[in-house]
Amino acid sequence: MKIVVCVKQVPDTKGGVKFNPDGTLDRSAMLAIMNPDDKAGLEAALRLKDQYGAEVTVVTMGLPKAEEVLREAMAMGADKGVLVTDRVLGGADTWATSQTIAGALRNLEYDLIITGRQAIDGDTAQVGPQISEHLGLPVISYAQNIREVNLEEKYIVVERQYDDRYHVLKAQLPCLLTALAELNEPRYMTPGGIFDAYAKDITVWGRNDLKDVEDSNLGLKGSPTQIAKASDKVRKGAGEKVTLDPAGSADYIVAKLTEKHVI
Amino acid sequence: MNLEAYKGVFVFAQQVDNVISGIAFELIGKGKELAKDLGTEVTAVLVGSDVKGLADSLAEYGADKVIVVDDPELKEYRTEPYTHALASVIDEFKPEIFLIGATAIGRDLGPRVCARIHTGLTADCTQLDIGDFPLNPVPGKEQKHNQLLMTRPAFGGNTIATIACPDFRPQMATVRPGVMQKAPKVEGAKANVVEYNPGFTKNNKYVEIMEVVKAVTDTVDIMDAKILVSGGRGVGSPENFKILDDLAAAIGGTVSCSRAVVDAGWKPKDLQVGQTGKTVRPNVYFAIGISGAIQHLAGMEESDIIVAINKDDTAPIFDVADYGIVGDLNKIVPLLTEKIKEAVAASK
Repeated sequence: MKIVVCVKQVPDTKGGVKFNPDGTLDRSAMLAIMNPDDKAGLEAALRLKDQYGAEVTVVTMGLPKAEEVLREAMAMGADKGVLVTDRVLGGADTWATSQTIAGALRNLEYDLIITGRQAIDGDTAQVGPQISEHLGLPVISYAQNIREVNLEEKYIVVERQYDDRYHVLKAQLPCLLTALAELNEPRYMTPGGIFDAYAKDITVWGRNDLKDVEDSNLGLKGSPTQIAKASDKVRKGAGEKVTLDPAGSADYIVAKLTEKHVI
Repeated sequence: MNLEAYKGVFVFAQQVDNVISGIAFELIGKGKELAKDLGTEVTAVLVGSDVKGLADSLAEYGADKVIVVDDPELKEYRTEPYTHALASVIDEFKPEIFLIGATAIGRDLGPRVCARIHTGLTADCTQLDIGDFPLNPVPGKEQKHNQLLMTRPAFGGNTIATIACPDFRPQMATVRPGVMQKAPKVEGAKANVVEYNPGFTKNNKYVEIMEVVKAVTDTVDIMDAKILVSGGRGVGSPENFKILDDLAAAIGGTVSCSRAVVDAGWKPKDLQVGQTGKTVRPNVYFAIGISGAIQHLAGMEESDIIVAINKDDTAPIFDVADYGIVGDLNKIVPLLTEKIKEAVAASK
């Protein structure tokens, strides 16, 4: 079985937030980690490798330093790493990002593609489903458990989470899953794994290595959405503060909640 | 793309088990405001199997028109047939704006639809306005008017971004549930229904639903709760959390707590709000007997409305509270519970 896992290097939410003059995030100025949902997706792939035998390829798009997450993934047990990096790909929204990654994935063989549900910097949850659309694959978002993979009959059975229920879905392979961080507890890198990871080569692809993608769908210029304004969140100031007798206090709260359509 | 050909505000009227989700009415409410600014109408798109009977309820909350896509393939939500339904509706009716709820369904459906029709999608919006893009004139760049300006938190709520989609149509957004207001209900309103079925043919992208497992647990994840009644050390004892349980039951909320309460062994860890617990952003957060350490504030200050009750006038929780009440929680909370019960009963 061949599995491709898409991972993203993201700024750690505990670090400070820096912006470029054009309003996009200045990722180079922030601490970087492997996105948690993506790490769960990688762990799911590694468990399938343990159970069924598989070749796991990790793919990332980003600045050259994003190679770090590929090394980390290989130290956890992934077999190959592909870094997609090129100046012309910068400033991409989810449309242009998914076009880029789909262009890279067209060069690879896969039975299963796993992405994280969403990244902690953008929180959009869009890129996984968009990649699946560009590649013409079925998608199962919010995967909370992989029950079965059948390679002979080419299907996968996955639990798909909703707000108040889950569906057990059977999809044809190849298929794309988006993984929830709750899917599993990712394993740690091993010392031997780290050593091996740095001995392996990483494949680096630029714009010209992407297959069947128009320039008009890439980078900032290929992004349908544009940032009008971005700013640090302004901390909410204090509101009203009152000191009343208990009945007056209760009446005050009820009046405010009624005004706000809560009750 | 001829942008002028696209007219009207469309919203996806999500239903589950043939019950309209609350977000559908919220989107109609917001859609009406946007439509008014643009001098156009709001249309609800209702997708499912045997759902036509639900159309009037959408009219009662303000939908000028309801497009019904009714087909047995659409009984339960599945990505592919629902994507085909929405993408076909967009091709046929050409809306300038399309809003979808940022639910576990909408956050899968939205990206798939926008990828199919090639437009932009802004996720999890908390504010929508009609305005100019760029916001201010920029020399050498055309300033477009009557654009949808979509505002959303990003980066774990540390930043706020306003996004436009000036060159593609429809302008699409998913909208966080519980943020927009429903319009007042007009009893007996009848929907102007347009039935449309693009035809559904199975292909490799169709998945098979083998089983539907509904949650049986009665403990709500505090991160999903719309209303949290949160208690701190000031509640005094584990037994006294009873008054918070009663308040939560009266208002349809869930009880959560501060770290001090977990450390004291009064409540389990999965109810803890704060930096070492869970980050929550309910519509309403009651902070009862919680002083408001910075680590606690980090986990709840994104809540839409914060109500704090504390006897200490200088407690830092009052710095983030929308409504702060200085007083004795043991006296105020039971009274509040009774008055909320009365108000809820009166509104029925």
